[in-house]
Amino acid sequence: MKFSTRPGHEAQQRKGWLAAYRWLLLRRFTQLTVIVLFLLGPFAGIWIVKGNLASSELFGVIPLSEPLITLQLLASGFIPLQAMVIGTLLVIIFYALVGGRVYCSWFCPVNVITDSASWLRERLKITTSVKLHRSVRFWVLTMVILLPIFTGTMAYESVNPVAMIHRAIIYGLGMTLSVAVALFLYDLLLQRKGWCGHLCPMGALYSIIGRFSPLRVRADKRQACNDCMECFVVCPEPQVIKPALKGAGKGVGPVILDSACTNCGRCIDICAEDVFNFGLRWRNQGDQPD
Amino acid sequence: MQNNSPNANDQEQSDNDVSRRRFLTDMAKSACGMTLLGMGIGLYSAQNSALPALALRPPGALAERDFLATCSRCGLCVRDCPYDILRLADIGEEVAVGTPYFIARQGGCEMCPDIPCIPVCPTNALDHNLTEINDARMGLAVVIDQESCIAFLGLRCEVCFNICPIRGKAITIEKSSNLRSGKHALFIPVVHSDSCTGCGKCEEGCVTDIASIKILPAPLAQGQLGAHYRLGWREKEAAGRSLVAPDVEHQYNLPEGQHYEHGGEGLVIDNAPNATPFASNPLDTLNSDFGQRP
Repeated sequence: MKFSTRPGHEAQQRKGWLAAYRWLLLRRFTQLTVIVLFLLGPFAGIWIVKGNLASSELFGVIPLSEPLITLQLLASGFIPLQAMVIGTLLVIIFYALVGGRVYCSWFCPVNVITDSASWLRERLKITTSVKLHRSVRFWVLTMVILLPIFTGTMAYESVNPVAMIHRAIIYGLGMTLSVAVALFLYDLLLQRKGWCGHLCPMGALYSIIGRFSPLRVRADKRQACNDCMECFVVCPEPQVIKPALKGAGKGVGPVILDSACTNCGRCIDICAEDVFNFGLRWRNQGDQPD
Repeated sequence: MQNNSPNANDQEQSDNDVSRRRFLTDMAKSACGMTLLGMGIGLYSAQNSALPALALRPPGALAERDFLATCSRCGLCVRDCPYDILRLADIGEEVAVGTPYFIARQGGCEMCPDIPCIPVCPTNALDHNLTEINDARMGLAVVIDQESCIAFLGLRCEVCFNICPIRGKAITIEKSSNLRSGKHALFIPVVHSDSCTGCGKCEEGCVTDIASIKILPAPLAQGQLGAHYRLGWREKEAAGRSLVAPDVEHQYNLPEGQHYEHGGEGLVIDNAPNATPFASNPLDTLNSDFGQRP
């Protein structure tokens, strides 16, 4: 393992700056575009999408709804309207195809906050960490869905920091932005990838939705891996890489099948040997001859 | 070898026990942690679900508890309000975070006939069955301070009466005599709960420094008559006759050619075209020479 240079240095040297940050830049562009599209309405009168990521209307006709909201609505004993059912199904179908946690890494604005926190955390060499298993988010998800049954209201939406941050940005709610600061500090000081990687029930639900998604990251050229470990350093869910990258001996891989993978593409960018690429989940029987 | 085999099994067995025990402990820990966290969030949201009296929900909003069970806090109603009356609650406001509301004094609901905030609501938190804005019940106007309302001080105001979108129905002006001056009338605004939508235009328009008419949640503003009460005059009207002892026929000992209408005209002089010295037009009375001198 190299400690002399920062992760990505070699990829930059070998592939050039743009190629070494291609997917990251695309993701940041997508995240920004989502916010801009929501803000074009109120600021420029161009209504492409209206509402926020909880529920929205695309081009004034296509409903989109957050599945976790719909689940909470059902749990509190209400039947969603037809448009909401359609909106939820559209969202589920989209993420079932491209990968559930594509929501997390490509669309959710919180990703920018937590990515910045973990970037700074690494820069400042902060290593303090609370011990929480990555499965805790599924417990949180269970709790979120059970709460409306006991309280009769969407209780989690009173505290849901992700929804709050979306709303704060799109509706200009100043105090609500303090939640973003809280998440930033949690990820900076208390746990690496703490919120998105361990706690967020929305991410947990999306990982279930994308459990069988066709679009996956593949380590097709894993024999070229030189064990620099940089992909593990930048990956928001490093546990997903090992079976695909190192499973050749056991006849496992080369597709990253773990549903926690966010399809963010950082491993593709960072790898100087171009081991990783986007592809489909099939052809996954050990090593494939090129 | 013969001894080893059972030992290995024991070892495996005890490993299994340890891992099973750890698995169960971890499950129990997680379940306990989530229960505690869930109770915390549940209690917080319950505390947070009390709507302050002056915050009004958009038209068609379900009862507060059901509203909080359904509202996805997406803000589509806010976006589709043509008058930008609605806003989403920020942290630190007393309204449940992210839910839409308006403050009547800062701007009442303009009561659009097509109610654009409702059909856009994805969750039916704003009831899609409400299609007639006059049927909305966002609250109830109450003339809350008779000490500051200038109508009670004897001034002509009637701003709340005139600004009311259901003018003449939700608020009427009732005349009564001004006992202080002894010769003037008071023009008192009276709210009628069967028509008032709680839009808040009256509170917005009230001329006093702090509004003397306010929109309150209906349960806060309204009393309820005991269920056993019967209003005699209504029962009588419905039945067409008195339900208790027959009404006493009033007898008046009056000179011939006169009778008295109780609860009506009062003293009536029969067959006298100009029985009263006062003509219906006051000017005629002033111009006549009073008393019909021969």
